Amino acid sequence: MTTLTKTEDAPAPTGPESFLSVRDLRVQFSTEDGIVKAVDGLSFDVERGKTLGIVGESGSGKSVTNLSILGLHNPRTSTIDGEILLDGQELVTATDKELEQLRGNKMAMIFQDPLTALSPYYTVGRQLSEPFMKHRGVSKKEAKDRAIQMLEKVGIPQPKVRFDDYPHQFSGGMRQRAMIAMALMCDPDLLIADEPTTALDVTVQAQILDLLKDLQQEFGSAIIFITHDLGVISNMADDLLVMYAGRAVERGSVKEVLRTPQHPYTWGLLSSMPRLDGDIHEMLTPIPGSPPSLLTPPPGCRFHPRCAFKDEVAGTLCSDTRPPLADGRAAACHLTAEQKQTIFIDKIQPRLR
Amino acid sequence: MLQFIIRRLAGAVVTLFLIGAVTFFLFIAGPSDYASLACGRDCSPTRIADIREALGLNLPVATQFWQFMSGIVMGRDFPDGHCAAPCLGQSFYSGDMVWDTIIDRFPTTLTLTVGGTICFLIFGVGAGMVSAFRRGSTLDKVATGSSMVLSSFQIYFLGPIALTVLVYSTGWMEDPKYVPISEDPVGWFVGMSIPVVVMATIFTAQYTRMARASMIEQLAEEHVRTARAKGMTKKYVFFRYAWRGSLIPIVTVLGIDISSMLGGAVVTELTFSLQGIGRLAVNGAMTRDLPLTMGVMMFGAFFILIVNILTDIAYAWIDPRVRLS
Amino acid sequence: MSDNLTLPAQQGPTDSSTETLLEVQGLTKHFPIYGGFPIKRKVGAVQAVDGVDLTVGVGESVGLVGESGCGKSTTGRLITRLLEPTAGKISYMGQDITHASRRQLAPVRSEIQMIFQDPYSSLNPRQTVGSIIKSPMEVNGIEPEGGQEKKVRELLELVGLNPEHYNRFPHEFSGGQRQRIGVARALALNPKLIVADEPVSALDVSIQAQVVNLLQKVQQELGIAFLFIAHDLAIVRHFSQRVAVMYLGKVVEVGDRDSIYNRPRHPYTHALLSAVPEVAVDDEAGDKERIRLYGDVPSPISPPSGCRFRTRCWKAQDKCASEEPPLLQISGNRDGHLTACHFPEDPTTEARAEDVVLDPALKALEKDTADDAESKPAKD
Repeated sequence: MTTLTKTEDAPAPTGPESFLSVRDLRVQFSTEDGIVKAVDGLSFDVERGKTLGIVGESGSGKSVTNLSILGLHNPRTSTIDGEILLDGQELVTATDKELEQLRGNKMAMIFQDPLTALSPYYTVGRQLSEPFMKHRGVSKKEAKDRAIQMLEKVGIPQPKVRFDDYPHQFSGGMRQRAMIAMALMCDPDLLIADEPTTALDVTVQAQILDLLKDLQQEFGSAIIFITHDLGVISNMADDLLVMYAGRAVERGSVKEVLRTPQHPYTWGLLSSMPRLDGDIHEMLTPIPGSPPSLLTPPPGCRFHPRCAFKDEVAGTLCSDTRPPLADGRAAACHLTAEQKQTIFIDKIQPRLR
Repeated sequence: MLQFIIRRLAGAVVTLFLIGAVTFFLFIAGPSDYASLACGRDCSPTRIADIREALGLNLPVATQFWQFMSGIVMGRDFPDGHCAAPCLGQSFYSGDMVWDTIIDRFPTTLTLTVGGTICFLIFGVGAGMVSAFRRGSTLDKVATGSSMVLSSFQIYFLGPIALTVLVYSTGWMEDPKYVPISEDPVGWFVGMSIPVVVMATIFTAQYTRMARASMIEQLAEEHVRTARAKGMTKKYVFFRYAWRGSLIPIVTVLGIDISSMLGGAVVTELTFSLQGIGRLAVNGAMTRDLPLTMGVMMFGAFFILIVNILTDIAYAWIDPRVRLS
Repeated sequence: MSDNLTLPAQQGPTDSSTETLLEVQGLTKHFPIYGGFPIKRKVGAVQAVDGVDLTVGVGESVGLVGESGCGKSTTGRLITRLLEPTAGKISYMGQDITHASRRQLAPVRSEIQMIFQDPYSSLNPRQTVGSIIKSPMEVNGIEPEGGQEKKVRELLELVGLNPEHYNRFPHEFSGGQRQRIGVARALALNPKLIVADEPVSALDVSIQAQVVNLLQKVQQELGIAFLFIAHDLAIVRHFSQRVAVMYLGKVVEVGDRDSIYNRPRHPYTHALLSAVPEVAVDDEAGDKERIRLYGDVPSPISPPSGCRFRTRCWKAQDKCASEEPPLLQISGNRDGHLTACHFPEDPTTEARAEDVVLDPALKALEKDTADDAESKPAKD
């Protein structure tokens, strides 16, 4: 390995120290078919300089959550309730103007597909310079110097020349690098990366992931890293939040969640993924069924219709009571702690080897 | 870019030639005999032969076509005088040179086209953009509603109403007419204002709807969201990021509309009794006046081709992906 | 280096299969590009597939991996004859089908079926599930025992769908279920070979496993050979007995699963395997080699001379630019494990003494942090 080592031994600060704090977030969209409860009572914290991974499948609400942090939902079609505190500032009730001051400055976002997320009509340089000029009130020249410096930092060859190129003249990986450079222009305290490598090839993905990690060391930003890929997250994040159908189902440090997962959905995700070093004679164990519609989500635990262990819980608890997610290391499941441990050791762990 | 324009111009010349050929052979191959048509009833065979001779119809078809096409480039001589290039021939009926007739009528058409376009671009695209920016507001509802109603009207409906209200019953204005701008700019403006405004009204309604729809589509683009995520204001994002992309469908339709208007706005001209290119084309076709029809056709085709090239240049200006590929 | 090489071994069947079902030699597909002034003419070609050799045994599942633009999907389409090859030879059960006409191809077509990536666009939305699955039988005039409808119901059951859903339309199904419909359609004619082009990459993780398991069941129980095209190395490994790695239109390495995943020789295979993000449950991350290439795959319009990977390779030398490495069995490799490389890597994926990091940005950043790490203890 390299000489890089993660400093994880320091105890996590507790209480109000967290830099971003989301409390009981609810996001609803009104559509022609009815009200979509995209996010339903979500709470999490991100510490300064740390990476929180959010894992979930499509429709789990992971992207919706992060667009609400930035305040990018259309207020005409969406309702957002709850609390989002960024460094003590409340964002849900913040005005457009206040949010504009924060976006691209204190918090920045990297989107999934850099081809559609960068404007085809303006040069990469201009798109990079814009936020810097706006937030720092600097001249065009200063913004250009900064942009060239950032392009170089993210590994774009000949940054002075490429400054004047358009996004379509960049290759896919280079475009995502430019996107990262753009997000880092104002040295944000919070960086939200929404599936930043999903559209990329695997060798390019590896470059970009390492780049993000190294840049985080240098810039000290907190990162919310959204992905559907547990492999990606295990290399990137300090803490992990597993989402299912608009709710958080499990939370903990990456090591805790991936080493001793406690929620049946996390078990399902892990055992449905083939590994490069797994046993080839072992069949994959998929999660039966498909994710629910958020127009009419199942009552109680939203995962219960697909859960293989709901019979182990007495009565109709799973189908009528929402399992709470405690603070800290926790899983939102009605199984008792002993049950979780026994099931994991007896039934799940053998599949993962 | 220059190479592109040269290539397109070369293509345009070939296309014009083909259009000429198709028009020509369709007429020649048609069932009517021009000589007997021109001669009228009670016509003696000798007279028909004379007319054939005079119109050059006795020559082989290929020769006739060659004479016509070469006349455009080099001019040609007719029994009753020289026709300078670009010579589009001599009308069978009036005996006037087709080019002169077209040039005589063109200012009317040009006034309608340019005046109308300026009006509907400013009001139509403007209203559409504001509507999209303030989506869901009262302003938006009014704009969408009225454009919906107006765009279902036609010039031959709206025109007479305007004439009745403004001219016949109140006498506020005079009947529309074309006065050359060089002679009397005020008269030109006043004389053409009713047709231009009526025509532009209907286009304005269409362009409002189109601009609004295309703007809303652009606002949903991911790169527009990225710009918002960078902290750019709604207004900035709207007029810098979304605006450009929304131009593409507008330019496309605008190109089609302008070139068809330059080829003659028949309904408008008829409604307001104006003598434009459109009327000329209709007359030529109805009287089977081959040189006139061909002339107007090729004149119109010329503008279609030029406007097409301009449209492509506009695309390249709007979208660097077109420019740099 | 030459003493390192042995004669090209027959890329023969492995122990799992004895008979060759499909053989592809020198398969090439160039898509012409037109342009120029003043008259448009062919000015170049996208060399999507450029001389691919591949065999698939009866009942064998072969994986085809590579990144976007490597030509793996085009290869699949050439084999199913959805595209016309520019050059090369495709033989199916000894019969040359490279340029076979529609009529000649008819009997073969029913035996080679395809499953597509996108379960949303590959099913006609206006047809019921029943008629989608039935249509291959109708087109080929096949009347199975008990009738077509009975067969369709059996197929629906086989792929894990409710036979009652015969009259439903594709939009009433979820993505995973639609891919099952695609599988049922492919099975309708009792094929001997199924070309599956990224069959699970459009699906959610939890659904992927359902479809992979279904395909595995089909492959094992019905003895159907598979050409499994995917970019996900872990899924390909799980599914395929033999694996071919493609880069820019060429096969750079092919061999049995164990050789490719545990004893790879081609630097590109090493780079690919090292780039796969893996869930590190224990502190085992340190024992895998770390290779970070730089930049993206070059354009297939003007691929690099000689070895196409040389522009991103840390071992490239002059020879790599001048001489194209042939696909050979390098000494020490098992039968059937062929590598196209002048300077192959050691057959291991263990961590190296020093990481291979070609990315200048990463190099610079990691040097900074390394320097910091060194200077800090001094300060404390």
